[in-house]
Amino acid sequence: MPSATSLDVTAIRKDFPILAQQVHGKPLIYLDNAATSQKPKCVIEALTRFYQKDNANIHRGVHQLSERSTESYEAARGKVQRFLNAANAREIVFVRGATEGINLVAQTYGRTHVGAGDEIVISAMEHHSNIVPWQMLCEEKGAVLRVIPINDRGEVEFDQFEKLLNRRTRLVAVSHVSNALGTINPVREIVNTAHGWNVPVLIDGAQAVPHMEVDAQNLDCDFYVFSGHKVFGPTGIGVLYGKEQRLEDMPPWQGGGDMIRSVTFEKTTYNDLPYKFEAGTPDIAGVIGLGAAIDYLDQIGMDAVAAHEHDLLEYGTRALENISGLRLIGTAREKAGVLSFVIDGVHPHDAGTILDREGVAVRAGHHCAQPVMDRFGVSATTRASLAFYNTREDIDALVAGIQKVKEVFAV
Amino acid sequence: MINDLYQETILDHNRRPRNFQSLEDANRKAEGYNPLCGDQCKVFLKEHDGVIDKVTFQGAGCAISIASASLMTEVLKGKTVGEAETLLAKFHDLLTTDQPLPKDLGKLVVFSGVREFPARVKCATLAWHTLRAALRGAGEAVSPE
Repeated sequence: MPSATSLDVTAIRKDFPILAQQVHGKPLIYLDNAATSQKPKCVIEALTRFYQKDNANIHRGVHQLSERSTESYEAARGKVQRFLNAANAREIVFVRGATEGINLVAQTYGRTHVGAGDEIVISAMEHHSNIVPWQMLCEEKGAVLRVIPINDRGEVEFDQFEKLLNRRTRLVAVSHVSNALGTINPVREIVNTAHGWNVPVLIDGAQAVPHMEVDAQNLDCDFYVFSGHKVFGPTGIGVLYGKEQRLEDMPPWQGGGDMIRSVTFEKTTYNDLPYKFEAGTPDIAGVIGLGAAIDYLDQIGMDAVAAHEHDLLEYGTRALENISGLRLIGTAREKAGVLSFVIDGVHPHDAGTILDREGVAVRAGHHCAQPVMDRFGVSATTRASLAFYNTREDIDALVAGIQKVKEVFAV
Repeated sequence: MINDLYQETILDHNRRPRNFQSLEDANRKAEGYNPLCGDQCKVFLKEHDGVIDKVTFQGAGCAISIASASLMTEVLKGKTVGEAETLLAKFHDLLTTDQPLPKDLGKLVVFSGVREFPARVKCATLAWHTLRAALRGAGEAVSPE
């Protein structure tokens, strides 16, 4: 059955060479997009072009190649700025990924603003990357980590969140979209409420940017992080957005080249934003590849992406709900991209192996969100996660694969 | 073929694990954990004069890891510690090499299908690594690396 939306998925799939292959003699059905997304040809070609034509270090050479690579690198920063609707390009810091972005904030903003007895608020659905950096900071400073509980659907309990805020709260860090559950959090309201206490908010957008338009100024968040590889760009590159004044007030993180204005053995002065946070030669090719991915998404339109995936998610939810013995984990009213489930009598890893042999690539495990698994009383789930190049036929293949799992295990 | 991996014996031991309990009079025990997938396994042994009198396990995990632990408890009963170590080495070869199947593995040959699924070798070896830790007296949690 064709999708109800206007996206020309047949044409789009031709842009992703990796999708046209067989695994174990079956057509590849790639439903592990929350782990990493596939790359369109234009991203792969941008990487190749950079290394074949423009490769040089940035911000220092006087020669032609260095000028070209610097220009491409900074042009990509401008693309990210527009992609997030940041107020200016100085607010876009390139990092290795969402994880590094969160660690950067924890070790600069956190170390200078969090003291003994202070509190940091996260939610019960966070990825380990938005838990552990804050635990490390709390440990170092004698601060306290507070956790917003979630309900049985996998939604934050907003009234509990309001109660957690107090004069000792120094930061709220929550995901925009949960990687394990697919829940879309009410981040605009969370920011608004936290700001009522003058508390800054960091949003982990790793699972949001591939699925929906994000407007940092409208969200009014203080920090927003995401990973390039989850949004059809290369691995090893990511973005920290920070409001200019916040970033200005923070000490630098790593020291090295590019982040300084002048160095003597007596005194070093630091560079302006965003270079203050970009010590050493960055992943230049990765940044340029990310820029190409954003150009590609601009052409398709995030509205069309969101509409198509919404249709797929509804179609998939209905299909999985009809399978006896299957329980969806994460049934928030606002969801994006994720179908996480358990099957009675079958461990998720066994389901993952059998699905793989049917050509269906999914993730099985705790999804780096063990507290979420504990909350739902499971040790792991099988997770199918969507991208705009997926189709209803992919969902049908998933359902057929699940029937095969049930057949093998006789459940 | 998927049915080579999930042979009937494995599915049966997954559904009804044998010797699935703790052992009050155990004189050796160890705990295994695979941090990648969260599988857990506790092995309890009663060993007397170098002979394994009783062996039981408790744990949570996939069908391969549960069935492997369950079958292990069956084959080890009455074996000497030395025989258990030899069996462990042979079992490991069964899973990780493409040599012809060892002859004297008995029921454990049902795991020969795991060879074709390298990502699942750790599932099958967790209980055995935990056993080795128990035999060698390492009281700490082990992982099947």
